[in-house]
Formats: sequence, C-alpha cells, structure tokens
Amino acid sequence: MASLEEAIEGLKKFLSNKDDVAVAQIEKLITGLQETDLNEFDPVKRIIEGFQHFKINKFDKHPELYEKLAEGQWPKFLVFACSDSRVCPSHILDFQPGEAFMVRNIANMVPAFDKLKYSGVGAAIEYAVSVLEVQNILVIGHSRCGGIKRLMTHPEDNSAPFDFIDEWVKIGLPAKVKVQAEFGDLPLEDQCKHCEKESVKLSLCNLETYPYVQMGLANKKLRLMGGYYDFVHGKFELLEFEPCFRHLFST
Amino acid sequence: MATLSPTSFTKNFNSSVDFPITSFQTFAIFGPKLKTEQTHFRLSTSFKGNRRVVDFENTTTVQTSLFTLTGVRTGSRLELKAMKESPGLTQKLDKNRLDRLTESENGCDLFQHLKHRFLRFKKHKFEENLGHFQNLAEGQAPKFMIIACADSRVCPSVILGFQPGEAFMVRNVANLVPPFEGGPSETNAALEFAVNSLKVENILVIGHSRCGGIRALMSMQDEVDSSSFIRSWVIVGKNASLNTKSAASHLGFDQQCKHCEKESVDHSLLNLLTYPWIEQKVAKGELSLHGGYYDFVDCTFEKWTLDYKGSNLGKNSRLPVKNRFYWC
Repeated sequence: MASLEEAIEGLKKFLSNKDDVAVAQIEKLITGLQETDLNEFDPVKRIIEGFQHFKINKFDKHPELYEKLAEGQWPKFLVFACSDSRVCPSHILDFQPGEAFMVRNIANMVPAFDKLKYSGVGAAIEYAVSVLEVQNILVIGHSRCGGIKRLMTHPEDNSAPFDFIDEWVKIGLPAKVKVQAEFGDLPLEDQCKHCEKESVKLSLCNLETYPYVQMGLANKKLRLMGGYYDFVHGKFELLEFEPCFRHLFST
Repeated sequence: MATLSPTSFTKNFNSSVDFPITSFQTFAIFGPKLKTEQTHFRLSTSFKGNRRVVDFENTTTVQTSLFTLTGVRTGSRLELKAMKESPGLTQKLDKNRLDRLTESENGCDLFQHLKHRFLRFKKHKFEENLGHFQNLAEGQAPKFMIIACADSRVCPSVILGFQPGEAFMVRNVANLVPPFEGGPSETNAALEFAVNSLKVENILVIGHSRCGGIRALMSMQDEVDSSSFIRSWVIVGKNASLNTKSAASHLGFDQQCKHCEKESVDHSLLNLLTYPWIEQKVAKGELSLHGGYYDFVDCTFEKWTLDYKGSNLGKNSRLPVKNRFYWC
C-alpha cells in the first residue's frame, strides 16, 4: 500500500500529460491529498459507528435475548484478562453478552485476599461467585505482556519506578522468583513467557484464599481454569486447576 | 468450615504441613498443528420461559455438529445441560429434545466449546488478517483507554465494536475510578500504563443501566460494612451517591440508581483529573476525557466530553461538558 507521499509523487508523473483537463484534475487530486491528514482520528465518530453497528446487527436482531438480559445476568464465567488491547476475551473466545463477568487489569492478576489493599478485585470475585453464582473462573494470560515484562525487569534494570504499576505487578513476585530459579539461564523473552504462564497459576492459587471460592470448590459448584493466549503464533492453552489435599501424616 | 488464612504462593509450596497441593491438568493445546474442523458456528439465543437457550447454528455442510448450552435455574444453582445434535443446516434445536448430561461430560463439552470458539476466532479473524495481527504482536498503540463495568452485558468490544488493538481496557465493578489520594490500585496502575507508556489520546468511562454495583452503593447506609468487599470497593463512588440523593430524592429508587449511574461517571472523570500526569495532558490538549452511558433496556448510548477549563473546576463543582450526544 503506497504512502501518501508515494501517491503524490506517482500522480506528479502524469502532470506532463498534454491533456489540460486531465492535468487540472490531477493537480486538484494532488492538492486534496496534500491537505489530507491521514493521522486524523475522530474518537466520537469511532464510538458512534461502533454502537450503530452493534445496535443494527446484534441488539435489534435478537430482541428476546436482550429483553431477557435487561432483566438480569446469569453468566457462567468470571473471567480475568489483561487490559492489553489485543486480548479481549470477547474476541478470542467469542463471549457474547451475558456469558462472562469480566475483570480486566494489568497482567490479569488476582491478588491474595486483602480487603484493604485489593477491594476492587475482591468485590468482583464476591459479586460473581456469591451473587451471580458463576460456575467457572477463568484467568487468561497472554504473550508479550507488558505488565509481566515490567515485573521481570524492574528494579534490576535500574529504570525509574512507576508509582502504581510497580505496586500492582509485584503481586506476581512469587511467580518471578520461581521462574528465575528454574529458567534463569534463558533469554529474558523466554523467561517472560514462562512467567506469563506461572503468573496465571499463581492467580489461580490466590483465588483459593477467598472464602466464597473455597466454599464453591468444596461444594463442587465452582471450577477454576487457566488460559494462555499466544498472539504471536495464534495458539490457546487451557488448564484446569484442581486443588486437593495430600495427606502427609497423622498421629 | 475452617477458613484458610490469606497466604502466598510461596508459602503454599514451601510449607511442610498439611496444605493444599495444587495440580494442573493441561487439557488441550490449540495451534496450527491441530486439524481445524470444517464447521462454522453462529450464535443465536432465545428465551423460553425460565430457560436461556444458546444455539449454535451450523452453516456448513461437512462434518457438522450442533451444540446447545442451556442454563436452567433451579433454586440457587444454575445447571448446565449440553447436547450434541446430528448434522443439519441452520438447524435450531427444539428444547424438548435436550438431554441431561452428567457433570463430567458437561465439563469436557465446556472445554470443547471454548476450543471451538478459539479456532473460529483464529480462522475468521486471526488468519484472515494475519498481517494486521503480526503488526499487533510487535506492539499495541490503542487510541482509547476504556473503563467499563465487569457486567457480562456491557463489554465495550461488543457494544462499541472495538477490535484487537483499538482499546486498552479496564473492567471493574461499577466502572469506578478511585482518586489519586486513594493510593495504588489496579485501576490506577492501568491508568499509569495507558497514559504514560501507551500514551492513549482518549479515556472513556462507560456506565450502564441496572448496575448492581451502583445499586449496592445507593443501598448502603452511612457506615461501611466491613465484612463485604463489594461495599469496601463501591464506597469509592460515595460522592456520586450523595449528590444523587440530594438532587434526585423525589424520584423512586430505580430512577435514583439510574441518576447515580451517570453521576458516578462524572465523578470518575473528576477523579481522573486528580492524577497530575492526567491533568497535565488534558490541559495541553493531548488527552481527552469522555463519559459514556449504555442503556441496555432501550439500547441507547449517551456520550459527553469533559470541557476542561482548569480554573473552573473545584472539588464539588458540576462537570463542565461539551459535545453531548445521544444515540438511539
């Protein structure tokens, strides 16, 4: 696809044309292109077009569904996914309205139970499990995650700290420690990939620290799953988390 | 039932006492080596009485399968039923022919279900736009940061059609933005990344109708119920509920909640300005703050933009807005 400059240069070659009418038209085209700002982005236009498309192609075509959803939601899933613009589960797993209560944060992390520090995540878990009674919790990690990369590289790289990002991603410290112990000899990119997956496992373990999750697991009304979306190779992995007690000794 | 005390991942694995041991079973790895099934699935839904029926209409002829997942609420438990139907073109399943499956079969079907969805995304979006996805794999440059509710009915990718790469998205209960002075949280970590690293040009906070989180906020008494996470979180929107109660006390509770849903969006926009690096960019015109409201009862969308005039914004002042639109 030609750039704007290439297009203008290509048109200029035709200016030697002897047809005055054609030359006039080409000059007009060149002027128009030169005034065009291809980087101009109208956010309002983008929003309205998106909403109109949804209304015409989805909402108006399925009135029974949307009428029912207006009364309530019965999602089967609570999903934790990264805020990354490339990994929305509504795209990669085609979740439709009503199917998935969805939390999105940096690096799709679930911290351990802490009412003071992490009330946002806790509120989502409490609402999804206790009120909506979801049956599945799915934590989805992904490739080339900026949050995981920050976790793996800071503060060792001596970069300036981020006030909020660093405080958040350090939830994943146990995963970082584990990865560095097992794969410390690998290049950073590979270590990050291992950490992206290890962090999902860590989040699943942290979910167990929430009382309503423990109860759901004990009553077999809840299952926990981990996913990993690799958008470099177009792959998806799914794991089921099965917490169990292994009896060690009794006296 | 004994409650496990909060623990860390490291403690789980280093402890020598009787402690939950976790195991992971990898069910499937989906990638280019797997044979892609020759099926296309289109989702359509219908409601019959209490039951929500999700049908996958088959639109190809070769090796087709029709799956239906139904949810039936019995008491407080939602049971899943799934059935595999013989091949047929654009066949909608009659609910009377649904069979009940055991828990284990249901589990496997769920995984297959997710697998099919991913493969469908891979075939119809990823591979058909390979160049675009390869570019995205190198880096993202979204123009928007969206803050939306976690409610299953309001995903901005669906209602506003945001495609991969377009919108950095935070979703939490009641689409709240805590103020700067509240200290670190998941929402402001995402703000810091989106504004300072990705340098998004627009932040859009989207509220919605019949929000359970806002309803919980409006239902709260003065004291925070310390036993509830939900209340500990939604208290972030306290000023919005106070403003609502004083401005809309003559309205019924449902209407007050609707008022608060929009008031809370304005409140969140004001909270965004408490972050110095956000206010600086807004003042320079590098960043625009927008509010939105999605009403899924009538299918309407309202949108407004913060009209930033630094000298006019006090702590309790009304939000100055411009470019208010209403689409229906």
